[in-house]
Amino acid sequence: MAEMMKFELVSPERKLASAEAESVTVPGMAGDMTAMPNHAPFLTTLRPGFVTVRGSAGEESYFVTGGFAEISPDAVSVLAEEAVEAERVTRSWLDEKIEAFAAAAAEAPAERAQLEALRLNDIRSIAERLGA
Amino acid sequence: MPSLKDLKNRINSVKSTRKITKAMQMVAAAKLRRAQEAAEAARPFAERMDAVLANLARASKDSPTAPRLLTGTGRSDTHLLIVATSERGLCGGFNSQIVKQARLDIERLRAEGRTVKILTVGKKGREQLKRGYADLFVGHVDLSDVKRVGYANAQSIAQDVLHRFDAGEFDVATVYFNRFQSVISQVPTARQVIPATFDEAEGADTGTGYEYEPDEDAILADLLPRNLAVQIFRALLENAASEQGARMTAMDNATRNAGEMIDRLTIVYNRSRQAAITKELIEIISGAEAL
Repeated sequence: MAEMMKFELVSPERKLASAEAESVTVPGMAGDMTAMPNHAPFLTTLRPGFVTVRGSAGEESYFVTGGFAEISPDAVSVLAEEAVEAERVTRSWLDEKIEAFAAAAAEAPAERAQLEALRLNDIRSIAERLGA
Repeated sequence: MPSLKDLKNRINSVKSTRKITKAMQMVAAAKLRRAQEAAEAARPFAERMDAVLANLARASKDSPTAPRLLTGTGRSDTHLLIVATSERGLCGGFNSQIVKQARLDIERLRAEGRTVKILTVGKKGREQLKRGYADLFVGHVDLSDVKRVGYANAQSIAQDVLHRFDAGEFDVATVYFNRFQSVISQVPTARQVIPATFDEAEGADTGTGYEYEPDEDAILADLLPRNLAVQIFRALLENAASEQGARMTAMDNATRNAGEMIDRLTIVYNRSRQAAITKELIEIISGAEAL
């Protein structure tokens, strides 16, 4: 049996998932990355995208709008600002988010403007990929 | 001396009051449980966030590129007080406690010659603070249509606060709320959120050996605005639980007082009834004797 680690997905309102996982893919700010057991301690902020967990029960996917992931040798915790199961992501829901992000990007002060613009870009491209 | 009928009416009215307070107490107890669960569910996120940020903050506190949300503006001339209270009354000293705490701080800050601005969440605190400090108000957040406080509510408040901060409207922001300790005890608490402060209590230093991507400052710049929302969310949840706890206690007292009052009134009622009967008898007897 493959080595396992703990996976946790937490949003500000509740804990969404807690499971054993073989590997976890997170949409890091500097690119997607997959963490496996015994990964070096690592902390990255997230851009909008999909968190994928592979465990003994198969693969599960969640959409996150942002937040950060904390990776340690025996656990991965994703602290997402907002998270939903991937299959529940709809175009109209994404459109709402895009609007909110666009508003945030338009109002952001200089020191955060680039960050917000990147986030907006990311979520737009995801929406396009999903199509209708 | 009130008539028998008056007394009877009085007893009935106190009885219906007791029914209402009893019902309110039970509703509050049910809501309290839900509010407590919500506060409980939000804890893992807030604690983890706090731990990570505390580590990062310690590392880059002195860095010249650290975000302003952490280091502040370098001044403390203008203070923003975010006073979170309830939307409804009948919850004992809950709102007055927070307002009292806020009022003390307002007076202290003013005595020190600082400018004070107030942002209220929940109309009860607004009503109380409006009386003395109407000119200090910069805003009010109405949550009366919100049944359950969600993260989105906190987020929009945080956004508003960040805007004001970016516009240079204030230097220091503090959130006022009641920390839920138990059903009978809620502690009015002031927590400074800008510049950010962290609970240092948890000694576990999880930050050692972490690799960061992007670098520490960029993470801080991304996370600090979120942290503000999380802090406000936490305050709102604590407040919600405290409010229900305070209401439960207040209504429990009210129910008990109503019960005592009914007992007392019943005694008075019985006495006057007895007195009336005795009086009638005396009248009949003395009337018969006179014959």
